[in-house]
Amino acid sequence: MIVGIGLSDYPRAPHLDAVQHHVLAARRAIADAGIAKSDLDGYVSAGGAGGMLDDAITMAEYLRIDHRYIDSTMTGGSSFEFHVQHLAAAIRDGQCDTALVTYGSDRLSATGRGLGTGGFTQPKQGVAGPAQYEAPYGNTLVGAYAMHAMRHMHEFGTTSEQLAEIAVGVREFASLNPLAIYRDLITVDDVLASRMVADPLHKLDCCAVTDGGGAFIMTTAERARDLPNAPVYVLGAAGAQTHWNISQQTDFSTSAAAVAGPRAMQHAGIGVDDVDLLMLYDSFTITVLMLLEGLGFAPRGEGGPWVQEGHLRRGGRFPMNTDGGGLSSCHPGMRGMFLITEAVRQLRGHAGVVQVPDCKVAVCAGSGGYLSAIGVAVLSSEAPS
Amino acid sequence: MTDWVKPLPLPDNVSAPYWAAAREGRLLVQECPQCGNRQWYPRALCTRCAAEPEWLECTGRGVVYTYCVIRQMGTAGFRDEVPYVVAMVELDEGPRVMGNVIGVDIAEVHIGLAVEAEFIAVADDIGIPQWRPLPNH
Repeated sequence: MIVGIGLSDYPRAPHLDAVQHHVLAARRAIADAGIAKSDLDGYVSAGGAGGMLDDAITMAEYLRIDHRYIDSTMTGGSSFEFHVQHLAAAIRDGQCDTALVTYGSDRLSATGRGLGTGGFTQPKQGVAGPAQYEAPYGNTLVGAYAMHAMRHMHEFGTTSEQLAEIAVGVREFASLNPLAIYRDLITVDDVLASRMVADPLHKLDCCAVTDGGGAFIMTTAERARDLPNAPVYVLGAAGAQTHWNISQQTDFSTSAAAVAGPRAMQHAGIGVDDVDLLMLYDSFTITVLMLLEGLGFAPRGEGGPWVQEGHLRRGGRFPMNTDGGGLSSCHPGMRGMFLITEAVRQLRGHAGVVQVPDCKVAVCAGSGGYLSAIGVAVLSSEAPS
Repeated sequence: MTDWVKPLPLPDNVSAPYWAAAREGRLLVQECPQCGNRQWYPRALCTRCAAEPEWLECTGRGVVYTYCVIRQMGTAGFRDEVPYVVAMVELDEGPRVMGNVIGVDIAEVHIGLAVEAEFIAVADDIGIPQWRPLPNH
């Protein structure tokens, strides 16, 4: 179960580099959990991608954690939902008792918003591996999601207005978070009037670029009894992958959430009707729509009309991304960490003005890559029955 | 040969025949001699049954399965070409391949558009497949 959470500073933190984001979040999570640092015997991180200096083995050394369980699973933004899945099993199996998961990124301060380059910064840059089949065509991160949106629109008649509703709802929560990077309320028309980045996705269909970091601590039921916070239980978790590079997506109108979602919820012994809070990866509005359909909240193809009914709004049946999401609050690159930390805050009843009344069950669904690797964790304030 | 400043494939022992064929104006995918599975991009195994795949020369015709229009991209070669279309093309032979749809008004690109491969020679051993609408599409 999860007994501690911590965030570093966001959305702008020029005083911190990526490693320092990990460290600050870790210190805050340790303090929040009420444990001694020496209690940690497990460490998990997804860092190190693209030459970053925050890989798990380096971070374990920097933090000096004498671990007997380490995991560096990196599935992009969904890594932390996979970490919950792995740690729940490891702790249940006695591989470790108390484990720390950390994340940190100085994306905004280090590189700014800038134009995407797909990582190809030099003329005639040579590209090896599977990326060699895509790099000559100049697709972008936004473009990969836009291809999903275009196909979804083609098959099901989904509209830009329906996608925009997702951004509008998340922005309302962001307006209530003093730290959120974008806080001004927006309308569907505002989204549609923002410039196209990659048709059919507008600027306001796309997530923010921020700095940020987070951490959480998982431990055994026995250990949790002595700790100050009410524990948050992991009822179920599952992950699945359809592809990594976008050209290998097999079906651009669905995702691995259709596999991971039902598996995680079955594992948890819950159905859609039991859920009080949704924490869905909102890298782009279309990401949310496809996760909703995969998880079973909306029937396949009907996510558009479903979101227009207002279910995801503040006061709706399934309030989503109550911290303001990646679309409007905090997206330093791998947002899956914040799905967990915000769900824990809500399940503890500590979410203040955005508190979901009587919040007992939260579904966190992370998307890594290009709707490639989906991780789902079902968390609850109540012990599994 | 086209002066190509965009990213260039680094041919390896699996991909080299693919790029070399494209240099000669031929589009290859892989077909499995055991199970018949066809796949793109080329790999050292059949993704369905793990057998060693063989090359299959395609007609170079297909339809747009999905696409997007890139309006913001910073990499050299692309920066000055925006807006441009990146598409997944479903070949008549089955597999889907990535490419740009060129030689067409962007407003006319749509899912289902019939396209034909065109090859841009960018190095002695590399051709880049691209896609152009079939006449009278």
